[in-house]
Amino acid sequence: MSENRELLLSVKDLRVSFFTHAGEVKAVGGISYDLHRGEVMGIVGESGSGKSVEAYSIMGLLQSPGRVIGGSITLDGENVLDYNKEQLQKMRGNRISMIFQNPMTCLNPVYTVGNQIAEALTAHKNVSHADARAAVIEMLKLVGIPNPEKRMKQYPHELSGGMRQRVMIALALICEPDLLIADEPTTALDVTIQAQILELMKDVQKKTQMAIIFITHNLGVVADICDRVSVMYAGKIVETGSVADIFYRPRHPYTLGLLASMPRVDAQEYERLVPIEGTPVDMLNPPPGCAFAPRCEKCMNICIKADPPETDLGDGHIVNCWMEVPRDE
Amino acid sequence: MIKYLLKRVLMGILALFAVSAITFFLMNLVPGGPFLSEKAPSAAVLAKLEEKYGLDKPLYVQYGNWLKDLAHGDFGVSFKMQKNRPVTTIIKEMFPVSLKVGIYAMIWAIIFGIVFGCIAAYHRGGIIDSVLRVVTTLGVVLPTFVTASILLVLFAGGVWKILPSIVGAHAKWYAYILPCFTLGLSPMCNIARYTRSSMLDALGQDYIRTAYAKGVSNRKVIFKHALRNALIPVVSYIGPMTAYILTGGFVTETVFNIPGLGRYFVQSISNRDYPIIMGTTVFLAAFVIVMTLAVDILYKFIDPRIDLAKEDE
Repeated sequence: MSENRELLLSVKDLRVSFFTHAGEVKAVGGISYDLHRGEVMGIVGESGSGKSVEAYSIMGLLQSPGRVIGGSITLDGENVLDYNKEQLQKMRGNRISMIFQNPMTCLNPVYTVGNQIAEALTAHKNVSHADARAAVIEMLKLVGIPNPEKRMKQYPHELSGGMRQRVMIALALICEPDLLIADEPTTALDVTIQAQILELMKDVQKKTQMAIIFITHNLGVVADICDRVSVMYAGKIVETGSVADIFYRPRHPYTLGLLASMPRVDAQEYERLVPIEGTPVDMLNPPPGCAFAPRCEKCMNICIKADPPETDLGDGHIVNCWMEVPRDE
Repeated sequence: MIKYLLKRVLMGILALFAVSAITFFLMNLVPGGPFLSEKAPSAAVLAKLEEKYGLDKPLYVQYGNWLKDLAHGDFGVSFKMQKNRPVTTIIKEMFPVSLKVGIYAMIWAIIFGIVFGCIAAYHRGGIIDSVLRVVTTLGVVLPTFVTASILLVLFAGGVWKILPSIVGAHAKWYAYILPCFTLGLSPMCNIARYTRSSMLDALGQDYIRTAYAKGVSNRKVIFKHALRNALIPVVSYIGPMTAYILTGGFVTETVFNIPGLGRYFVQSISNRDYPIIMGTTVFLAAFVIVMTLAVDILYKFIDPRIDLAKEDE
């Protein structure tokens, strides 16, 4: 369904490194993907796989010592990496918005939520005080906050975690961005609140038709909301495909491992979860070859020597694994 | 809020009572008396004087009398330094001078302290930060009399003779530059250091990232989002700073010969001028208590999370 849509964001061979005292940490080691208007893409991976770093690079929010060292991020035909400070500032919150993991700390405790939402609007648009207020009330209604006239005058500490994440969503959407980057937006919330926030995001996505990059380590969340999923491991995308591809036809051993380690509703009573053995690679001194090789049950000789190339399995299902590479001999 | 204020005022009165009692009995434990000098008066004269000022009575009676007078707003009269003038008149005359120097010192300490702190935090790890760190550390550790002496040598004599060394009763505005600078230097450096660290703390918070992600300008992020949060710990320093400036003022007032209350307070102790000791101590204590309360109320306006009414419970 995404083929006939307009291309919004194109990431090509993006490389991000952190230059620490211990050496260069290649947090993102060359990832590429396309995102179309209105498409919801999930990026799944464990902690330290580079999924958040990749998102911060798009926003231009990477903090020292992190630096984009190669590749391009093209938004509507313009390379975001060439933007100067002012252009970045105009883009943030206006064309691309972001919501974060911990709504408890993401709002400034000394300003009212109305003030903080309105600020996102006035930073980009020249609107009167009354119009800004009306827009804030409308946004708060959209994200399902009852009694918005009263709520907008409250401070973040007077709201619950779920309410605050709703406020964050309102704040991110008030300028009607083309793309929303959601960095683990439900991770810090109770399970019931998680479901509500996911429902809200699906609902809002339908209404506004914006594209979403949904970063999470929770495959269940991905299945619920995404059209397409990219699985990241050690700074690289190891498998990309539709939700159906990833859940029903996974090919990469890491994806298989992730799925096996997930609890299932239809599981037998005492069935154990299967962990992925081993620990993630040391990003300071990554071994040659496939980063997952040391933990991979199906590791072959070539896996520890060379990086696997992309193999297109059709319909946008792409996997980076030597097992999928047809043998020439 | 009103309940909270009432409670604080009552507690303040209790504190003042304790301060006055401790001061009174300690003061009387110190050997010597107001009427002793190199030319000691005869025993008969001494007895007459002590009888006149009520010093012949037991201490607890003396304290009771002092409290009774205080209830009528009467701090008694000076025994020695300005013989028989009411202490209230003396305070009224001298406190404005101290207050003037103190307020100027505080204003420059707060403004420059916050500005330098922000600059240092913004350039963290850079040359400006290092220079400011050295300067502020020096400013904190240098005793007032050393700062004052260096300034006097530099600007009022030795090197350049451009500012007066003595303030006096009818001094021009520029005469206040050196004493106000001296008095405010250490608080300024402290505020700069507090501001730097709390600013760095604030700049590392998630809401700063949110502000950037909204597309808010760098300047607005720093001055709207970070500074107000960073000021919360700084404001808590302003209470003790007031106490420092008022009681620490006596060195500055002595060096620059300012006819202020701080200097008088210290002189009254060496002169054993009991009513002045009591009057100035209680007065300064009351002032500090009021300032601390003002700072606590100021808190509420900076940080909405602070609920004064709740602290009652």
